[in-house]
Amino acid sequence: MSVDAQTVRRIAHLARIAVSEADVAPLQGELNAILAFVEQLGTVDVANVEPMTSVTPMAMKKRRDVVTDGGRAEEVVANAPETEDHFFLVPKVVE
Amino acid sequence: MTELNELTLAEARDGLKARTFSARELTQAHIAAVEKARALNAYLLETPDRALTMAEVSDAKIARGEARPLEGLPLGIKDLFCTHGVVTTAGSRILEGFEPHYESAVTHNLWRDGAVMLGKLNLDEFAMGSSNETSAYGDVISPWRRQENGTLSETPIVPGGSSGGSAAAVAAHLCLGATATDTGGSIRQPAAFTGTVGIKPTYGRCSRWGTVAFASSLDQAGPIARTVRDCAILLGSMAGPDARDTTCADLPVPDFEAAVSRGVKGLTIGIPKEYRVEGMLAEIQKLWDEGAKWLAAAGARIVEISLPHTRYALPAYYIVAPAEASSNLARYDGVRYGLRVPGRDIAGMYENTRAAGFGREVKRRIMIGTYVLSAGYYDAYYVRAQKIRTLIKRDFEQAYAAGVDAILTPATPSAAFGIGEKASADPVEMYLNDVFTVTVNMAGLPGIAVPAGLDAQGLPLGLQLIGRPFDEETLFATAQVIEEAAGRTALPRAWWA
Repeated sequence: MSVDAQTVRRIAHLARIAVSEADVAPLQGELNAILAFVEQLGTVDVANVEPMTSVTPMAMKKRRDVVTDGGRAEEVVANAPETEDHFFLVPKVVE
Repeated sequence: MTELNELTLAEARDGLKARTFSARELTQAHIAAVEKARALNAYLLETPDRALTMAEVSDAKIARGEARPLEGLPLGIKDLFCTHGVVTTAGSRILEGFEPHYESAVTHNLWRDGAVMLGKLNLDEFAMGSSNETSAYGDVISPWRRQENGTLSETPIVPGGSSGGSAAAVAAHLCLGATATDTGGSIRQPAAFTGTVGIKPTYGRCSRWGTVAFASSLDQAGPIARTVRDCAILLGSMAGPDARDTTCADLPVPDFEAAVSRGVKGLTIGIPKEYRVEGMLAEIQKLWDEGAKWLAAAGARIVEISLPHTRYALPAYYIVAPAEASSNLARYDGVRYGLRVPGRDIAGMYENTRAAGFGREVKRRIMIGTYVLSAGYYDAYYVRAQKIRTLIKRDFEQAYAAGVDAILTPATPSAAFGIGEKASADPVEMYLNDVFTVTVNMAGLPGIAVPAGLDAQGLPLGLQLIGRPFDEETLFATAQVIEEAAGRTALPRAWWA
């Protein structure tokens, strides 16, 4: 399978990455090189094979549903580009 | 006399214990070496004041007879590990100036055991790369250079990646050891390129908590150091259970250092025929044969084995890793931390922020990941790749069930190349660097790269050993035999100082 220019634009939008028109063609070439490389996987017989869901056989760790940390609002927002009263500020979403 | 920064980590530890020198002196020797080596661009951030403060604490501990396992030993930290109050960038513009308010589990364990932090080490952006040429903060230059007609060539050589800063710093004596991470070969390939030792432990051996995520089912932390013993000492401190990472194994950490001198007598070492790839360089084949001979001479039994799905590991990796990366890197949206670039609305802000903050390789992988996870393609790509992963793991399980204790392969298909030499329009050419290492991540196994010789141009070459799950001890014992047989690689003349 290969992608066309329109698909490159669609993927970029899904990935929330602005791509200039000049970058579409080179990206299309690079993505198609990778897709051509992975194409060979189509020849492998995977009938009756379970997809891997856990790298090592282990039971999922669980813990009591209790508060283990918190009260760190100052630290949580410390690296944010814009904040006010411990809230993250974003451009207006609802008109 | 050997300069203090040229000691091995084990020698430095013993020297501190015997009070031959102080932690402060040892740290100062490293700080001076780091300052002189800025041409290598290995350190993104030097933290000399913090290092000296930590060294003074260590000297006090030693004086009181309370030395901890890594007391006073100066280390470099790959800038993928979050360090409390010390800027952590992951080699990306999008995290420029990011100052974590917490400490990664791995580095926390190192400081708990008394180690000293010299600074943060350069890497490929978000650990995506095989040459350290994708860092937003410039390429790392290897301390190694090619020999041409008996003189050192001026051509700058890559240190490998993504832990290129870690490998270059260790090789150039800019730290006694370094932390690194390995998603597809990012510890073992740079170790092989720089004549250093690097181990990717079993998935789950080290906690991933506080390490910037790339591909969560493949990422593992491990050390790079100058000897097998030094790696064993470091991993002993880095590893261990952690309730904050649900995939971190609840297993006690064995005495890795004790395993180093165990020998290989009676062990069965597998040579996988599928690793004898088409077009393999003659000197790589020769090195591999030599490695098998060394192990046989030390009492191991060498058997040919088959791992039939080997050739599918790299393409399957280039579905699984980008898919996980596209999901993990969704968090960089200009809201909670890092860069923000305004846009016409919130989606425009996201798009502009990510366009400006991510480099070319990272964007490429996020886009591939987004595509293979998108509606209509998920089963054809992602689910199929995860099924192939099951087959790759099964190959190894069958070899181990048949009595193989460890598997010997080359670490890389070639020695290091020059900066810019693989900058072609086809990204796959660079990806092929990881052809021998990536299978190990796909199966969650431990793997170690150990120097085994030099190529015709005087650049280091490494061999890889692959172990059973949670049997790093056998890898240390086996790698030690190779290290002793090959001799430590002659480290390069300090042309940069």
